[in-house]
Amino acid sequence: MSNIPADLRYAASHEWARLEADGSVTVGISDHAQEALGDVVFIELPEVGKQLGAGQEAGVVESVKAASDIYAPVGGEVIAINEALVDSPESVNSDPYGSWFFKLKPSDASELDKLLDATAYQAAADADA
Amino acid sequence: MGQRTPLYDLHLALGAKMVDFGGWDMPLHYGSQVEEHHQVRRDCGVFDVSHMCVVDVAGSQAKAFLQRLLANDVARLEGPGKALYSAMLNEQGGVIDDLIVYLTGSSAQEQGYRLVVNAGTRDKDLAWMHAQAGDFDVQLRERRDLAMLAIQGPKARARVAELLTQARAALIHELKPFQGLAEGDWFIARTGYTGEDGLEIVLPVTEVVPFLNDLVGAGISPIGLGARDTLRLEAGMNLYGQDMDEQVSPLAANMAWTIAWEPAARDFIGRAALEAQRAAGCPSKLVGLVLEERGVLRAHQVVRVEGIGEGEITSGSFSPTLNKSIALARVPAVTGDRAEVEIRGKWYPVRVVRPGFVRNGKTLI
Repeated sequence: MSNIPADLRYAASHEWARLEADGSVTVGISDHAQEALGDVVFIELPEVGKQLGAGQEAGVVESVKAASDIYAPVGGEVIAINEALVDSPESVNSDPYGSWFFKLKPSDASELDKLLDATAYQAAADADA
Repeated sequence: MGQRTPLYDLHLALGAKMVDFGGWDMPLHYGSQVEEHHQVRRDCGVFDVSHMCVVDVAGSQAKAFLQRLLANDVARLEGPGKALYSAMLNEQGGVIDDLIVYLTGSSAQEQGYRLVVNAGTRDKDLAWMHAQAGDFDVQLRERRDLAMLAIQGPKARARVAELLTQARAALIHELKPFQGLAEGDWFIARTGYTGEDGLEIVLPVTEVVPFLNDLVGAGISPIGLGARDTLRLEAGMNLYGQDMDEQVSPLAANMAWTIAWEPAARDFIGRAALEAQRAAGCPSKLVGLVLEERGVLRAHQVVRVEGIGEGEITSGSFSPTLNKSIALARVPAVTGDRAEVEIRGKWYPVRVVRPGFVRNGKTLI
């Protein structure tokens, strides 16, 4: 039974999104995702400044098992990336909600409402299993 | 639901994530396969290998039978318990399976050998062996009453010996590499699939659950198939069904060293086909690949050798000990020391090396 914090929003593609007080959106991958991937060994992050649309490929998570694309849950400009994560990819497995990948300045904050809440994501993750 | 070893419930209790492996429900890992890999190289760990198949071969013509059946020569087993690694070939020279054979009985009347063959090929192997045994005074006995654990790593032998009777501890202390001996109804061998020192212990199915409990209780980590695969890959050891199969010659699978060509009069199954291949020159070889950049090499990725041709990765993964990706690949025989691999639509340069990247915890590349 994976951990799904109630204060986050989720994409069906298993990214989590957190709206910060300053209006930016922090993005990572869920506990369900890291569990399915297995040990993460490499992470490719987008470049700072890149403009992404909602659902656009933003990076890659490579685990011992497979390579998996990461998608922007909402559209916006990449304003920060977590370089420390690149050096310790295993943090994604041990702390998926503390291991952020990148931050966006969203182009349309209402896109967050289109994401799944914790209950809806739980249902999606269960269907996946 | 696949087949299960006697340790299935214990794996679940230990937190294993279970997967299907050749029709068996086996532990992939107990939390982190990378951590389990490191544990074996630094200390030791225990693997459930009870899905593998033990076949005892006995009778006055057991030796002659195996000299016909196997591409390596059991006559090379000169002392009690000595073991060798061999291919079992079909008439076309393709690999039916790879296996280890131990000399267990060596009097003229009571020749005896123990074979350990792969789980996924069990039925095929036994049918083949029975079909070939017809002309020989030999009895084949599949030992479903036995289970098997492998304890591997630099501290494996010492830590296991601590937990056993004095007789078994003494046996462990004296075992030479690639030797296996019986003590009571246990059979203890200094063999393994990780490139580390260690033991493989064959014991009655009724005793394997308490024994694994004792090992884990003494702090020896259980290790899953995920780490088993990265450990054997680092050691340059083949996985049947991936690195070779019935369509592949041992000469194209880095197994030429396992063929005992001498004496020339030993007509093992597949010899004629192999001699023809050797005379014509085998067009492919199995090599090791090292990716220096970030990324993971995986089975079936295409290998391109400039000016020469193409090949394919047979096994690939991330190497936790080397902290980079490695692979085994079948490539044109004249391939030199560089090639390129296609990963998700882009070409990456790789170093080509002999298979075998880590041995006894030390890097070879």
